[in-house]
Amino acid sequence: MPAHAEPKQPPSSEIETSPAMTDLTKPVVAGDAASAPAAAPHGANRPEPKVTASDVKVFYGSAEALHGIDTEIPAHQVTALIGPSGCGKSTFLRCLNRMNDTIEGARVTGRILMDGEDIYDKSLDVVLLRARVGMVFQKPNPFPKSIFENIAYGPRIHGLAKNKAELEEIVERSLRRAGLWEEAKDRLKEPGTGLSGGQQQRLCIARAIAVSPEVILMDEPCSALDPIATARIEELIDELRQNYTIVIVTHSMQQAARVSQKTCFFHLGDLVEEGDTDMIFTNPRDKRTQDYITGRFG
Amino acid sequence: MSEHTVASFDAELQELRRSIMEMGGIAEKMLADATVALVRRDVGLAQSVVTTDFRLDTIQRDIEEKAILTIARRQPMAIDLREVISAIRIASDIERIGDMAKNISKRTLAISGQFEPQRVVLGVERMSDMVLGQLKDILDAYTQLDVDKALEVWRRDGATDALYNSLFRELLTYMMEDPRNITFCTHLLFCAKNVERIGDHTTNVAETIHYLVTGQPITAERPKMDRTAYETGIHDDAAPGAPGA
Repeated sequence: MPAHAEPKQPPSSEIETSPAMTDLTKPVVAGDAASAPAAAPHGANRPEPKVTASDVKVFYGSAEALHGIDTEIPAHQVTALIGPSGCGKSTFLRCLNRMNDTIEGARVTGRILMDGEDIYDKSLDVVLLRARVGMVFQKPNPFPKSIFENIAYGPRIHGLAKNKAELEEIVERSLRRAGLWEEAKDRLKEPGTGLSGGQQQRLCIARAIAVSPEVILMDEPCSALDPIATARIEELIDELRQNYTIVIVTHSMQQAARVSQKTCFFHLGDLVEEGDTDMIFTNPRDKRTQDYITGRFG
Repeated sequence: MSEHTVASFDAELQELRRSIMEMGGIAEKMLADATVALVRRDVGLAQSVVTTDFRLDTIQRDIEEKAILTIARRQPMAIDLREVISAIRIASDIERIGDMAKNISKRTLAISGQFEPQRVVLGVERMSDMVLGQLKDILDAYTQLDVDKALEVWRRDGATDALYNSLFRELLTYMMEDPRNITFCTHLLFCAKNVERIGDHTTNVAETIHYLVTGQPITAERPKMDRTAYETGIHDDAAPGAPGA
């Protein structure tokens, strides 16, 4: 054997060429090897998209804040939207439950489908949509009512409970899911505003859950919380994704890396890069993503 | 790579790189000196190689501490994270390289004053020169973040392994010729093995550089050609395929 033998190369090139060879001899069947490479770049086992956005643009008056966003929000995953202030991530988040409708002069174009259904369809009931797509805000904002009423309000106006017993059941289940039951069960009649910051935020999550949403949008849910309360919310987010699809806007890169499975990086109104969170935070492809997450601008 | 908004973060990463290069320089000199000491039977030089090793240990510990502090302080991401992890890995490889060079010198001290077939010593020297070239190039590749250069070193290591195989056979022959050669030849064999393993560590560093720059591991199979495990007669079935004849 010669001393200068080349190291053995992986047989990948052979594997890549073989499907093409078989294509010549076999009729193309939908879903066979020929269609596989298209799905490969974002990871093999990709779940069904819950929400699909195509060419979504948002205008505030004449200013274009989002320049045509195409993306998918995978079901039962946590999708993190990151980017510097003013990049459009919160604007995009608010498109998903039509919160931008409430802003004077805001206009949304493009299409957003949830389970294949256009959420900007004229015949769609926006109130119902917002029950399906719940939202948790940066600052905990409980209603100035009792803990019980904070949660019971939504189910009541949506007619989700036939009687008092059912309503109580919903309240308990929601508080349990939000990890607040043990702390709140003996003080349900006390005002929600009397809870600590972290408890208030979990109360808001419980309130969002109470109307049985499919998607929960979170806009920097931990930015006003201390590290322990933040850890509890993050733990909760991870549990919630069993039952809900979650989209979270966060300025904490570490939080995005910890809680999400998919990450979208926005910059100046564009979706610059999206992909598996593991990849984005260890080996992003775009230089702007790299610069942002490593603290080189923003 | 542009600079961080936080300048002291850049300074920390710079400091890690500088320390790695310092370690690399020391290890290079240790291997060169250990080889010269072996060939010339220079006891003083061998002694100095043995005592230099603690410097590598000290800097390696320092790099690890700094890297851990940087992780704790900055929570580095992407290229920065790979940079810090790579520094830890490369420091550990270079530290091992120092240990091997030190071991060569310890053996030089052990065999001083014994009969030596100079020809075999020259074989070890040739191998050591090759590996020294690998070490030098891989440190350059690290400084310049040059993946191609790293891959080139990575491929070259197969030749070193092949040379080790032939040296192994030669030493066995001497030992069979005259049992009085056994002590000397065994020490020399360990020296050759040390050099061969230093070569392996340079390929480790090559793999780390590849990961540092591209974020991907080298997926090809490693050019491993040390077949001596199959040439001792224990694995008779492997003998027909044994290279290096």
